[in-house]
Amino acid sequence: MTILVFTLIILAGSLLAGFLGSMTGLGGGIVIIPMLSLMFGIDIRYAIGTSIVAVIATSSGAAVAYVKEGITNIRLGMFLEIATTTGAVVGALVAVIAPTHLIAVVFGGILMFSAVISFMPQKVAVQPRAESGKRQKWAEALKLNGSYPDARGNRVDYKVRNVAGGFVMMWIAGILSGLLGIGSGALKVLAMDNFMKVPFKVSTTTSNFMIGVTAATSAVVYFQRGYIDPGLSFPVTLGVLGGAFLGSKLLSRSKTEKLRIVFAVVIAILAIEMIYNGLTHRI
Amino acid sequence: MRRIIKDKDVELIMGDLLRLGVIMSSIIVFIGGIIYLINHGGEQPDYKTFHGMLLPFHSLPEIFRGILEFRGRALIQAGVLLLIATPIARVVFSIYAFAREGDRLYVFLTSLVLGIIILSMMSGIGA
Repeated sequence: MTILVFTLIILAGSLLAGFLGSMTGLGGGIVIIPMLSLMFGIDIRYAIGTSIVAVIATSSGAAVAYVKEGITNIRLGMFLEIATTTGAVVGALVAVIAPTHLIAVVFGGILMFSAVISFMPQKVAVQPRAESGKRQKWAEALKLNGSYPDARGNRVDYKVRNVAGGFVMMWIAGILSGLLGIGSGALKVLAMDNFMKVPFKVSTTTSNFMIGVTAATSAVVYFQRGYIDPGLSFPVTLGVLGGAFLGSKLLSRSKTEKLRIVFAVVIAILAIEMIYNGLTHRI
Repeated sequence: MRRIIKDKDVELIMGDLLRLGVIMSSIIVFIGGIIYLINHGGEQPDYKTFHGMLLPFHSLPEIFRGILEFRGRALIQAGVLLLIATPIARVVFSIYAFAREGDRLYVFLTSLVLGIIILSMMSGIGA
C-alpha cells in the first residue's frame, strides 16, 4: 500500500468516524484510536497523538455552533478547567513512560464505559433542580450558577451543586484525556449533569468547551514527544472535521437513537479487541 | 441583565475566533497534505514502529525552515499547531473578557488555567 492509498483510506474512515461521532454525540476521537491501531497496525502512540488533534478540531468546530446559542457556562467551564488541565498534564506525562499494552487495556476499559453509557436513554428534557442548603456555598462564591434560554426564549435559572465532587471527577477526566488522547466528553457530561446537577444542555456545551482546552494541554506535551505525525494528522483531521460538519447538517440528534445503539455495539466490540490485544501484548 | 448581554458579545467574538482558527488550520493542513502526497505519495507508510522525535518537523525552528522550503509535512505541522493554539487563544481572550467585566476572581482563575497550559509546554524542554 502506498502513502497515497493509505491516506485516502484513512480519510474515508475518519470521515465516517466524524460523522457517526457528531450524530451520536460521542465525538470522533473515540473510534480514531482503535481504527488506526487495530485496522492499520499503527503504533498506539501515533494513534493517540493523531486522535488528540482530531478531538481539538471537532470540539472547536462544534463550539462555533454552540457559542451562538449562548448556553455555555464559561465560568463553570473555566473553573473546572483548572482540574482538567492539571489532570491532562499528569496523564500525558504518564503516557510517555507507561508501557503501550497497559495504555491499550485502559483505553479498552474506557471504550466499554462509553458503550454502556450510550445504551442508557438520552435525556432531552431539562428542568431546574430543587435547591438544597449548604452545598451551594462554593457555587455562589465562585459564581457558577447560571441561566439558559428555553425553547420559548425565557431564561431558566439553575444552581450548581457538589462543586468539590465535580472538580475531582473533572481531574480524573483530565487524566484520562491526557493519557489516552481522547476528549473524555462522556465523563465530563456525566460529572456535570448527574453530579453537579447542571442542566443537560448546559453540560454538553460546557463540556465541549472544556474538551478543546484540555486536549490542547495534552497536545502540547504530545507534540514535543513526536506523537503527532503530519502524515496521519492530515487525513484524520480533515476527515473528522468534514464528517462532523456533514453530521451536523444532515440530521438532528433526536432521530438517531438506533444509530446510537449500533455505534455503541461497534464500540463495545472494539473495546474487547483493544483489551485482548493489550493483555496479549500485541499492542 | 446587562451582564448576560455583555457575555453574549464576548461569546460571539469567541465564535469568530474559533471559526477562524479551524478554517485557517484546515486550509494550511490541506495545502500541506497535497504537497506531501505529490512528493511522497508513492512511498510506503511506516507507522508500525514509533520513531518519536527522530522524524523531522517536531520543533518550531525545523517547522519554520520546512515552510520556507515549501515542505508539505512542515506545513501540516504548522496547521496542526494553529489548531492546538485555537482553544488556548480562547483562554487568553477569556482573561481579557473577564478583566473588562471587572471580575478579578475569574481573571485569576483563568490565568491559572493558562499557567498550567504554559507549564505543559515547558514539559518538552529536556525531553
